[in-house]
Amino acid sequence: MAETDRVKVKRRELTETFLEGKNMSKVYGMGRRANRAVDNVNFKFRRGEIVSIVGESGSGKTTLAKMILGLTSITEGQLELYGQPRAFGTTAEKREYWKNIQAIFQDPFSTYNVFSKIDKVLLNCIELRGQKDLPYAQKVEIMTEACSFVNLRFAELTNKYPFELSGGQMQRLMIARIYILKPKLLIADEPTSMVDACSRATILDMLLKLRDEEDMTIVFITHDIGLAYYVSDTIYIMKSGQFVEQGTSDEVILHPKSDYTKRLLSDVPSIYEPWDLTSDDLLSEEDEFPTAAGGAP
Amino acid sequence: MKHRLRTTFQNTNFVVGFSILVLLLLLTFVTPLFMQGSPLDMVGTLFNKPGNYVNRMGVIDAPKYPMSIEVASIRLGAAVSNDEAKQMLEWLEKSELDVEWKGLDPEKDRAAIVELFLANYDDSIRLPGTSAYRKGFTRLYNKVQNLLSADGYVVHVADPDSESGYREVGKIESRDFTNVKDVPARRFFLLGTDNFGRDVFHELISAIGNSLMVGLIAGSIATTIGLLIGLTSGYVGGWLDNFLTFVTNMFTVIPSFVILILLSYSISSSSRSIVVVAFVIGLTAWPWTARSVRSQTLTLKNRDHVNISRLSGFGTVRIIVTDILPYVLSYVVMAYILQISSAILAEAQLSMLGLGPSTTTHATLGLMLSWSMQFQAPLSGAWWAFIPVVLSIALISFSMNLMNTGLDQVFNPTLR
Amino acid sequence: MAEYILEVKDLKTRYVTRFRENVYAVDGVSFKLKEGETLGIAGESGCGKSTLAMSLMGYYFPPLHYTSGSIIIDGRDITGEDPEVLRRTVLGTEIAYIPQAAMNALNPTRKIIKYINDVLVAHNIRLSRTELREMAEERMRLVNLPVEVLDRYPVELSGGMKQRTVIAISSLLSPKILIADEPSSALDVSSQKLVIKMLLDLIDKGLVKSMIFITHELPLLYNVTKKIAVMYAGQFVEMGPAHESVFEPLHPYAKGLMGSIIVPSEGIRDEHLVAVPGTPPNLKSPPQHCRFAARCKFRQPLCDSVVVPERFSSDGRLFRCLLPEAVLRELKYEDQIKSKQEDAEVELDVNIIPFAEDNGDGDSGKESGG
Repeated sequence: MAETDRVKVKRRELTETFLEGKNMSKVYGMGRRANRAVDNVNFKFRRGEIVSIVGESGSGKTTLAKMILGLTSITEGQLELYGQPRAFGTTAEKREYWKNIQAIFQDPFSTYNVFSKIDKVLLNCIELRGQKDLPYAQKVEIMTEACSFVNLRFAELTNKYPFELSGGQMQRLMIARIYILKPKLLIADEPTSMVDACSRATILDMLLKLRDEEDMTIVFITHDIGLAYYVSDTIYIMKSGQFVEQGTSDEVILHPKSDYTKRLLSDVPSIYEPWDLTSDDLLSEEDEFPTAAGGAP
Repeated sequence: MKHRLRTTFQNTNFVVGFSILVLLLLLTFVTPLFMQGSPLDMVGTLFNKPGNYVNRMGVIDAPKYPMSIEVASIRLGAAVSNDEAKQMLEWLEKSELDVEWKGLDPEKDRAAIVELFLANYDDSIRLPGTSAYRKGFTRLYNKVQNLLSADGYVVHVADPDSESGYREVGKIESRDFTNVKDVPARRFFLLGTDNFGRDVFHELISAIGNSLMVGLIAGSIATTIGLLIGLTSGYVGGWLDNFLTFVTNMFTVIPSFVILILLSYSISSSSRSIVVVAFVIGLTAWPWTARSVRSQTLTLKNRDHVNISRLSGFGTVRIIVTDILPYVLSYVVMAYILQISSAILAEAQLSMLGLGPSTTTHATLGLMLSWSMQFQAPLSGAWWAFIPVVLSIALISFSMNLMNTGLDQVFNPTLR
Repeated sequence: MAEYILEVKDLKTRYVTRFRENVYAVDGVSFKLKEGETLGIAGESGCGKSTLAMSLMGYYFPPLHYTSGSIIIDGRDITGEDPEVLRRTVLGTEIAYIPQAAMNALNPTRKIIKYINDVLVAHNIRLSRTELREMAEERMRLVNLPVEVLDRYPVELSGGMKQRTVIAISSLLSPKILIADEPSSALDVSSQKLVIKMLLDLIDKGLVKSMIFITHELPLLYNVTKKIAVMYAGQFVEMGPAHESVFEPLHPYAKGLMGSIIVPSEGIRDEHLVAVPGTPPNLKSPPQHCRFAARCKFRQPLCDSVVVPERFSSDGRLFRCLLPEAVLRELKYEDQIKSKQEDAEVELDVNIIPFAEDNGDGDSGKESGG
């Protein structure tokens, strides 16, 4: 794997704090049935940083993402943008906030409105940039550029519907959308979990390229600790709504401190070391019968 | 979209249902062009049989053509029933006269039997039996007495100047014929007339049109209300959802037909026009659509494409119209079709209870049924007054349901 | 006992779409499995992996149709047998199949033990209530599942537990071959580990003689099976021992695939991943020549014109490429093949082509079943 002629991934220094979460919680339900999906979470994202939030299903990572995105309310705590609590009351404020923050979701087949053509998807983005009145030729130029950024050819996509593309191409088109919008923060919620290994590599490298070229902060949410290690500068490990470990990628992956991180790492098969299937903790959590209500989602 | 439309029109069920509906609509639009008068003109009398009616005076006035066609037997055949022929045979048998009556068939040789009976009948021959029994034969004799005469009729008009008070204006020979086309006053009743003497066919055509209008208005109202309530309560959520769901549930729990009856009853009968009844039906039929649209909206709301639109800062109305409505539309079209057909049925049910549109200017299928029941058409054997109506209702419902099944096969992925 | 527990010879199956088009999803697959061997099948989605798994059962229902080839389980050719006979005597006892989302197949309103009874009844095994429970409990203990599961409803079990339960039910009659199609892809890593452990246990304990494991997660495949086959456009393009297939792949596609492996190990952060551009060909009309040529970095002019047969390397590995073995062994995915002027550098093994035609049942026979 360690061939010298491969292109090196650029890593760099990060300083400026961009987004900060303070004691953020999300509680569903009330009283005894209250369920703390996200429980008192603190984090700091810096400009141009790729942050991974790693957790198993039900750990609250997607809920946290939706809170940051403003798609669901924050029960407790606050979110600060450049040191100021985010303004998120009126429709105008929300619109302003969403100019800086965008997302890519897990399932490419549900991210697109099956009734709008690809052109429409991209034209909406140009409209959002406030360039609605641009002559069409210039719009095409922008769209062509965005598509070539993700190795797609716009000329082949016009008048097509998103579902005519493969899953990987659809996710790449989503990245093209981000490229046009150029938000400061991108939340990528498991963008590769439903695509093939080949497309996965392409998408990850495009995310890296977005960061490098546009200085975007990317929050990468995944259950795959290997992907997180490859792509990110900082890793947060999440378990039942809380961060159990955080630090730079090398710290967390190569020298894990928490038992949970160690277990996650041992659960992932590697090709360099033999996979230890004999460990005793195998029957620990899995064999507790969850009640019907609290079953795995 | 084009592809969907094409596959829809390739579906046999849909195409058959659609063609039936289009034919019915064509019928309602085209036939009035060939009909005289209003559909509710009372032209006939109570329950006239289906047939071609010609004016009797017109027949006399019309040019006559003597023809060598044996008329007597035909007249006899029409005038003497099977039973009467049997009665005659019975007399011939019991009178024990020396007549060759054996081998005569009351069905085929009716004329011969009547001839024999007329030639031999004698009031003085006393048959055994009651006097009523005997009198029956006398009546029969009097009835058929004139039938065999080939003399024809003489037509008189009243004339005070004349000695007898009458003046002969014409003579009708027994072998005179008239071309029906030469009779200017005639009327063809394909389905006879109803209790008020209206042409049932004409009435039926206009009733189908009116009932379809009731269905269309009621179905549109129900679907629009259901769609609006379903979309808002599903997408907006929160207390609005709770409130709208509460209202919807209330309407679902109370049998809608009862509301329908109460509403119709409370509107004074004079103001219950077709449109009002359609509104009443539409206002009670929406909860069903609202519930299913709401549940579909709820699942769609959590789809990522809606999230993307929200992140793009689009307004609620725009998201509902572009990101949710297209997805539920195929379902709504199917529900709409069912709403139309059930509204037509509801109108018929209401009218049967006497709570339908109270109108003397327009007919609906339900009203036609109601009238025919009130005037006991089934007891009078006037099948033409209600069977065609029932069949029309069945045909409309059938075509709508067929279209619905077809659409279901096209749009429902589990049936594909 | 035959030498091979499973022998597949030039199997071809196809889908027939609503518009009467043929999709040649499995197009000439051959392999042999000995007792105790495990075969892993890797590849992109749309390459026919799952179709191959379904085709191996010999039990076809529309839209999947059998075209040609044979499947021999322990000396018995099951192709062409009556489906009803097949269902009673082969499925479940000779060969068992665990589909992708097997756990969703459980009706939430029936207890697990009922499913066990169903399997037995379907194979004409009638047990009394106590015998059934005894048998089921014994089996549960054998596969390390808690006995209480038997009296649970599926909704009361977690996803991983459900999946393991389904595997236990599928392997109830100790089938000779177990086909697992992405059995763990919808699960968390910890549940995945338990599922894998259970599958390997089944083989160790001899409850299952041989296993075919399908996934696109290469690190997982590497750890589960001893042999790996890489599938592309309905064909095997490479098959060999797991270690060689992952670390020294021969076929260019396999090289690309292996270059996209991501594991949390030191060093992986420093280099960009390999990605094979493009998408697999449409299997409605697969190319007659090399199917990978359109996406291949090392494509030569001849690649577009000749049929590539299955070839075997000196150490018995299968590969489907015209480049000579020696060249392929040296080639890295990042390398560039010398430009066309220097054609002499890479001489294609064209001499193999007449051999392919001798076989007579190569790609040219594909249309016969349509």
